[in-house]
Amino acid sequence: MRWPGRMINQVLQSLFKKPATSSYPFVKAEMPEKYRGKLNYHPESCIGCMICVKDCPTGAITIKKLADKKFQCEIDLTRCIYCAQCVDSCPKKALESTKEFELAGLNKSKLKVIFNAETCGNSEAKA
Amino acid sequence: MVNTLFHIFIFPGFLFACVSGLAAEYIDRKLYAKMQNRIGPPWFQPVADCIKLFAKEVIIPQQADSRIFTFVPVLAFAAVLTSFFYIPLWNVKTLSSFNGDLIVVLYLLTIPTLTFFLGGWYARSVFSMIGAARSIIQLFAYEIPLFISILAVAMLADTLSLSEITVFYSKHLWLILINLPGFVVAIIALIGKLEKAPFDTPEAETEIVAGSFTEYSGRPLAFFKLAIDMELVAGSSLLAAIFLPFGLNIHPVPGFMLYLIKVLFVVALISVSRTIFARLRIDQMINFCWKYVAPIAFLQLVLDLFVKGLIR
Amino acid sequence: MSNYDFIVPIGPQHPALKEPETFLLMMSGEKIKGMNVRLGYNHRGIEKACEGQTYIQDLYLIERVCGICSHSHASCFAQAVEEIAGLELPKRALYIRTLIGELERIHSHLLWLGVAGHEIGFDTLLMYTWRDREIVMDILALLTGNRVNYSINTIGGVRRDITTEQIPQILKAIDTLEERTKYYAKVATEDTTITARLSGIGLLSHDNVLKLGVVGPTARASGVKRDVRKDDPYAAYGEIDFNVITDDHCDVYGRTLVRVGELMESYKIIRQVLAKLPEGPITVKAPRKIPVGQAVSRYEAPRGEDLHYVKSNGTDKPDRVKVRAPTLANVQAVAEMLKDRYLADMPIVVAAIDPCFSCTDRMTSISTADKDDKTFMSWPKLRTYSIEWYSRQGVDFSDLNKKFKAPGI
Repeated sequence: MRWPGRMINQVLQSLFKKPATSSYPFVKAEMPEKYRGKLNYHPESCIGCMICVKDCPTGAITIKKLADKKFQCEIDLTRCIYCAQCVDSCPKKALESTKEFELAGLNKSKLKVIFNAETCGNSEAKA
Repeated sequence: MVNTLFHIFIFPGFLFACVSGLAAEYIDRKLYAKMQNRIGPPWFQPVADCIKLFAKEVIIPQQADSRIFTFVPVLAFAAVLTSFFYIPLWNVKTLSSFNGDLIVVLYLLTIPTLTFFLGGWYARSVFSMIGAARSIIQLFAYEIPLFISILAVAMLADTLSLSEITVFYSKHLWLILINLPGFVVAIIALIGKLEKAPFDTPEAETEIVAGSFTEYSGRPLAFFKLAIDMELVAGSSLLAAIFLPFGLNIHPVPGFMLYLIKVLFVVALISVSRTIFARLRIDQMINFCWKYVAPIAFLQLVLDLFVKGLIR
Repeated sequence: MSNYDFIVPIGPQHPALKEPETFLLMMSGEKIKGMNVRLGYNHRGIEKACEGQTYIQDLYLIERVCGICSHSHASCFAQAVEEIAGLELPKRALYIRTLIGELERIHSHLLWLGVAGHEIGFDTLLMYTWRDREIVMDILALLTGNRVNYSINTIGGVRRDITTEQIPQILKAIDTLEERTKYYAKVATEDTTITARLSGIGLLSHDNVLKLGVVGPTARASGVKRDVRKDDPYAAYGEIDFNVITDDHCDVYGRTLVRVGELMESYKIIRQVLAKLPEGPITVKAPRKIPVGQAVSRYEAPRGEDLHYVKSNGTDKPDRVKVRAPTLANVQAVAEMLKDRYLADMPIVVAAIDPCFSCTDRMTSISTADKDDKTFMSWPKLRTYSIEWYSRQGVDFSDLNKKFKAPGI
């Protein structure tokens, strides 16, 4: 049967249903597990092999040697494409992806994240 | 004097027309969004759009005729505003009435379409000219069924004055049912006049950018948009007054509520039709109007002649 | 291309086109008398950039040729490199590649249905199909870690595995989508306003398809039964049972039916893949330096046949990469389809070939018989010409070399 306005049933039902849009800033969007968001670095596992630097498609990650077995990692969030190739390439699993994706900002200097091994544990000097 | 000024500027003149136009646009967009499973704009969106447009720079293309370009939006705005004076809203009395004001109202509501054509034509850009041409071609398709169906109703009431039509029908309420085919025709024609889907080829966004409004920006565009919004309310009020003239003699406040419900009903019908139909091409639209809509309008005319003879 | 009154420029920026191209329409009234196409607005130099990066880095670059068919391009490239290196992929990797490929096809076709609705002024269809597309994007985010640009391929297999908890979620999503797709099929075939806009538009006969080299659903809607998944099976398609959907309408309506039919076939394929998923490793160790060789690999992207050519020279960077996207083959047919049609048909005809101009704009060199032809420049000549041109504009090249350091070490 062909007549115009075939969608009228669903359209009128939608008037009374909840909208499919979620009011984003007021309702947080939750990403699934293993989502490729911002990177996290564990300096205690890093051995300084630099495979992650070689494999990065954009040159976003740099590893600097601070002292023997102590490394500092700088990630340029403006260059990172969140492909997680460095996570896969690292033989010691020193890098991991987090679920954080709301990384936009107004200050470019804040987008160079340095994971400093100088202070204890894994603290971010600038975030 | 003060009374006249009040009627011109506050009610049912300038302020009432603008506010109700913006409110009608909000309701239309909110219904459209809800039917598409979305949230839609907040209530102040049309007001915000208006204010934003008034604040923007006006850019007139070099090859356009700037006098006509800036004048026609004001003309459209003024024409729709004037038509409010003759349409009975919740009472059988209008601001001023005389025998023949129905024709004047119909003519005043045609002026916006002519201004779309003039504005688009004198902007002299390819997209505007195509949109303007389509506007006028569409006029030939829907105007005649609209006029015939409205004049059929007027002919049954034996008068051409809007307020007297409403007086007549308030006395013979059952005659409203006879005019229902005319109501359907008039709604379809009103959708064509307002250039909403399925008849929005003059303004087809994906084909000719914005049709006649492509080169408009700033204040002239704000006037055009306001004119279109007010035309929605004026057209709905006209249809409500002619085809649904019941409950017109009750106390002002419930009468006003009833009027608002009638206008809301017509606006809702227009929103639903915008949601469920695709856009028709200009030749398909003319075919449709002349093959299906105009015969029903003529049928309504014949029916009304018949019933008129019966009443006598 | 004869008597016309004026030219309507559709593009480069136009609400009908999602990506920039110019279609110059020669009009007379509302009728189109002729058309000129100009491509190249999205040329980004990807093929040249591939030569300066390793194969692993190139995977991510090639993936970003297009956002909608990103997995197709990445898989095609990975297949070409694996063929040169002589790698034999484990079965599980091939099945996972197929699964993601079919999910991508679903997402692309649902997107197309929405875009087609938008071009004919039916925004409700756009909103509804894109709402359902969110279900697919969520599944893809769950499986691969991102909603677009899935990056699940690596040279030698896939990077992520599918766990047993994810399989029922995928199946549930497929069930919901199948029910909704059946509804859209009903709406598209039975709504008279939609069929009035889609039928009889964009006619392309069977012979014209073969003559112009059209690929994908555009060709299959004219009765040409061509599908790389059946003609030249890759990944796991050799072991899966599915039909190639063709239609005889030869117009935009036929293309809609073909795409909706392909959606139903994709649901069938995904169910078979999940049922037959073999156990085993998901990747095979790939060498960093690929031996000398060249390979051409084909893939059935949602838009048609995607072709990649890779030439390696023994180092860890490719020597030449060439990408031929399906839209390049289809865009020449648009002029044929629009002969003697109305302006109002232009958006839907262009949308019906499912254009992806980001895929299309690569460098095409046309060699004429006359070697002294000034319009044809060789690569070194082009480079010196552009350096001279920019120096005349005042660009200082020594400073630029310091600012943009090359990626990697």
